[in-house]
Amino acid sequence: MGLIDIQALEVTFTGGAAPVRAVRGLTLSVNEGESYGIVGESGSGKSTVLRAICGLAPTSGGVISVDGTALSRPRTPDFYRRVQMVFQDPYASLHPRHTVDRVLAEPLAIHGFTDAERRIETALTDVGLGTGFRFRYPHQLSGGQRQRVAIARALILEPRVLLLDEPTSALDASIQAEVLNLLDRLRGERGLTYVLVSHDLAVVAHMCERLTVMQHGLAVEELTRADLQARRAQMDYTRALLAASEGYRANDPMEASSSSAARA
Amino acid sequence: MTLLSVKNLRVTFPTRQGPVDVVRGVSFDLGRERLGIVGESGSGKSQTGRAILGLTPSPGKVAADVLSFDGIDLRNADARLWRSLRGVRMSMVMQDPKFSLNPVMTIGRQLIEAGRRTVSKPQAKAAAMAMLEAVQIRDPKRVFSAYPHELSGGMGQRAMIAMMLITEPDLLIADEPTSALDVTVQIEVLRILDRLVTDRGMGLIFISHDLRLVSSFCDRVLVMYAGRIVEEVKASDLGQAQHPYTQGLLRCLPQIEGGARPLPTLQRDAEWAR
Repeated sequence: MGLIDIQALEVTFTGGAAPVRAVRGLTLSVNEGESYGIVGESGSGKSTVLRAICGLAPTSGGVISVDGTALSRPRTPDFYRRVQMVFQDPYASLHPRHTVDRVLAEPLAIHGFTDAERRIETALTDVGLGTGFRFRYPHQLSGGQRQRVAIARALILEPRVLLLDEPTSALDASIQAEVLNLLDRLRGERGLTYVLVSHDLAVVAHMCERLTVMQHGLAVEELTRADLQARRAQMDYTRALLAASEGYRANDPMEASSSSAARA
Repeated sequence: MTLLSVKNLRVTFPTRQGPVDVVRGVSFDLGRERLGIVGESGSGKSQTGRAILGLTPSPGKVAADVLSFDGIDLRNADARLWRSLRGVRMSMVMQDPKFSLNPVMTIGRQLIEAGRRTVSKPQAKAAAMAMLEAVQIRDPKRVFSAYPHELSGGMGQRAMIAMMLITEPDLLIADEPTSALDVTVQIEVLRILDRLVTDRGMGLIFISHDLRLVSSFCDRVLVMYAGRIVEEVKASDLGQAQHPYTQGLLRCLPQIEGGARPLPTLQRDAEWAR
């Protein structure tokens, strides 16, 4: 039994002309201290899985449990002490008229911490910003600095699990490397558990020991990092993703991947 | 044969702190080939593309020693000259079809509007259908009468490429044409562009932040940093890039095969921006 256990999760969005089944019977288990990846294209339901764990998506079936206990609806404050989320776009996920200090103080106030001063300073130092950034507004920060603030906001309650929704896809390649290194270091130092959603196979291969490939709300395939590195994918869809991640080739990537599989 | 010639292109925006040069002395020649322009956000790559088409947003100012397209001097072109070129002989594919297509016009009407620049209306309609097929849309009739919100991102981007190519331009500037798309769709869209360049002998400027993608698709790559071209490299020789910025950009990408951990980060040198 893992730290996070998802059994037959169903998420259905109603309200449109027809209900949309965004996640269809997903089962996965994430161990304590592990970094787990979810890969897929837009509309595959990968972000919805993270939002469902946080209680931000309308689950219509299945059970999500953390530490062996099924989650209640709505989530308890204690849940958010243990599980926090970092969102994709640091330009949209920070309040434009709140200073960094206020962004970081809010979760502390909600959870009744009294040593806010010390925690805010520690959190800013931990993400490599330093206390000089404490009274700045988001528009005075670069994209990478904003994402560091978002990570500090998630970590300030000292959670055990961090849900990362495309944490670097809005950032330039050089900034992406810095943020990935930061996440890697924090996980090593604190024994955090990550669930990382990304469309970039290289990011997931770098960060995660295991991963699930999703398509149209279904889990297509589960792979280990070694499987991914050795290109040991069973499903055509995963092979197509692998081929596409290598960049453009003049011949057809589907053909290339099936012929290389035939050779192997 | 040179299709486009740019020498010492500068784009300047006035700010409260005084004028800021976002493009500083960019020079290159383009033949009927695929040229990639790569850089991070704020490097001036998009402003370079826009300046070539005369689309620099006000109050920006463009200056150049030479800016000529097929022998036509574009530096002091008036509105009439731009109208005869833009969308006819040179056009641009933007990043996100969601924001670049007219939301209240069907794809078909937008295509005909673009095609009407050179041919009569019935001809434009026929050309529009043919163009939708050329960009590998399986059901061109449906897409023709669809509104942009009824199409997926990949479909919308194909429709936009069709619209830009319907007049068979000599030069196409594609500004991050695939960044909003999924990887597998991305490859399909690139394949369409590739075929059109090869078949029609078009010149293509491909602007992107994705060094790996550009190098696998283009013939030549210009690497921009802080408004300047820091390096020009043949796409196949990208591994032998000389400039520390290019090398750093390549190194800091994570690899599926695994690699350095922590990832090498880019140490910026004030000297690069000069």
